[in-house]
Amino acid sequence: MASPHIKVIIAKPGLDGHDRGAKVVARALVEAGMEVVYLGLQQTPESIVRAAVEEDADVVGLSILSGAHLSHFRRVKELMDRAGLGDRLLTGGGIIPTKDQEKLRGLGVGRVFGPGEDLQSIVDYIKGWHSSHAR
Amino acid sequence: MNKAAKKRWEEQYRKSELRDAEFSSISGRELQPLYTPDDVPGFDVEARLGYPGEYPFTRGVHPSMYRGKLWTMRQFSGMGTAEQTNARYQFLLARGQTGLSVAFDNPTLYGLDSDHPLAVGEVGRTGVAVDTMADMERLFRDLPLEKISTSMTINAPAAWIFTMFLANAEKRSIPLAALRGTLQNDILKEYIAQKEWIFPPEPHLRLITDLMAFCADHVPQWNTISISGYHIREAGSTAAQELAFTLADGFCYVEHALRAGMDIDDFAPRLSFFFNSHLDFFEEIAKLRAARRIWARRLKERYKAKNPRSWLCRFHVQTAGCSLTAQQPEINVVRTALEALAGVLGGCQSLHTNSLDEALALPSEKAVEIALRTQQIIAYESGVAQVIDPLGGSYYIEKLTNDLEQEAEQYFQRVDELGGVVMAIEQGFFQREITRAAYQYQLALSRKKKILVGVNEFVNAGEAIEIPVLEIDESVEQDQTRSLDKIKKRRDNLAVQSRLAALQQAASGSDNLIPHLLEASRVHASVGEISDTLVKVFGEYRERPFY
Repeated sequence: MASPHIKVIIAKPGLDGHDRGAKVVARALVEAGMEVVYLGLQQTPESIVRAAVEEDADVVGLSILSGAHLSHFRRVKELMDRAGLGDRLLTGGGIIPTKDQEKLRGLGVGRVFGPGEDLQSIVDYIKGWHSSHAR
Repeated sequence: MNKAAKKRWEEQYRKSELRDAEFSSISGRELQPLYTPDDVPGFDVEARLGYPGEYPFTRGVHPSMYRGKLWTMRQFSGMGTAEQTNARYQFLLARGQTGLSVAFDNPTLYGLDSDHPLAVGEVGRTGVAVDTMADMERLFRDLPLEKISTSMTINAPAAWIFTMFLANAEKRSIPLAALRGTLQNDILKEYIAQKEWIFPPEPHLRLITDLMAFCADHVPQWNTISISGYHIREAGSTAAQELAFTLADGFCYVEHALRAGMDIDDFAPRLSFFFNSHLDFFEEIAKLRAARRIWARRLKERYKAKNPRSWLCRFHVQTAGCSLTAQQPEINVVRTALEALAGVLGGCQSLHTNSLDEALALPSEKAVEIALRTQQIIAYESGVAQVIDPLGGSYYIEKLTNDLEQEAEQYFQRVDELGGVVMAIEQGFFQREITRAAYQYQLALSRKKKILVGVNEFVNAGEAIEIPVLEIDESVEQDQTRSLDKIKKRRDNLAVQSRLAALQQAASGSDNLIPHLLEASRVHASVGEISDTLVKVFGEYRERPFY
């Protein structure tokens, strides 16, 4: 039976320290009734997936503004698949050009959210994904 | 004051139909429809306002302000390799910029070399890559460092980036005493907002006071620190929080230097500040004026500085990066212009104007040229630089300045109650205040209580981003790692080892570390090698993530 609680990991991989968006999204998800595990900065794909396994997370959200999104998302997806979390949602946000968003979708990453996105649309997206992917 | 006339207007106002909008500042401050002498009762013009260049400096830090010298037009820049960045500096100087400002890439900002595993995918993307003094040589080739001031936005490894800069100046036979510029070097706001640290607070603070002492003797024209609010504001704080947290950090640095045995007048004249200039026009101007008055009073009355230059809150301003939109990016030019105007009316000493494409990428040549021309139009066409503190005496501005000052004082008290800035950081006080303000603003945007043109109102549905965006090529990383490798092979590695050992030894004691860092820099020790050496003594910092 699917847990009524949606559990979300939020993390910033690599060297980018701009965490305003990640923190604001974390607060919004909590306000919307989800459980957030906020890992913070300087995470590695390994540390993120390890936490996802430990927490049995439904969703992993990456925040990347430094331009290193393709390599980070690719690596996290690979590790999630290997750890048996291939059916979970990998999403995120930051500064990710449209053409790269398409590449990410090709890798099996979900929708990603850029500058100016409304908080509610992020909440709705995760809730919508969760209800159609009940475990 | 004619009370009957005021009552008449109040009556009329109450009867008026108002727009469906919130009449508050971007920080959430309730605003009155009108400000009158009643809002500044008993305003002591001599004590509260004074004159420019005189205590409490509300009207400006210099007697002649922009009539004597315009603010420095200093565009923060850096991209890819040192050569690419040097070319951008030449471009900007040729177009009338009057000061240099260096943006470094993420690995450099964290004290890592370009070939570090964490640097993969990051080299040259957010600024220029610097690994050794050789990169300083390339970066500043053909640039007149003895004639123009240079600002470097670097914090965690600031001390050794600075000594690499000095080593290059020595090599070019430029006397250190002739060098003018600023090092950001403000670690406290890193823990609070920008998040670029290496060690825990105490060792970083020691490096900062070491640098202050070294510069007082050897590089007297250098601003040793740029105590910053910009990043705190970018992280989502209100104007009052930006003001209060920045000055609180400043007081903490002063107290640290005093505890280290320095004389206040030996280092205070070379402390400088860096504020944001955000969208809410009048609030920003008032914030900057309040900063000057608060700092002057504290330095004079609490810390007993005798030299009037110790009382000065001199600052650089950057227009708010977080106010720029990826949607309809051309209109960012207007946002930047208004923000720049506020910075000038607030009396800044130095100004950076953002480029229209900066929500998307590092600025293109065309975009940064427009940003620079924005400053030139303000300086030479708008007329605002002809008169000092032109908004001084406005009931609104003086009331707002008073209010911001009061709000800052309340925050200082709370920080004191928590045991000072470092304790407050460990308890997540600043971080939580900032995130709360950021979240409130985001909710206000969601609910259209605050408008962002092109984003939640006046949206062009289905717009495609068409402006040319600067791309950093992947070859930058290969080039940089190859040069670093060559340098490591060609340098005197025995000398490097022995100087790093001496540095490590000194770090375990209480010697001033700057001369040791300079020695290591001269023989081409790398940024990462120096960081690693110091980590052995100081350890690494791991933050508790608050949100």
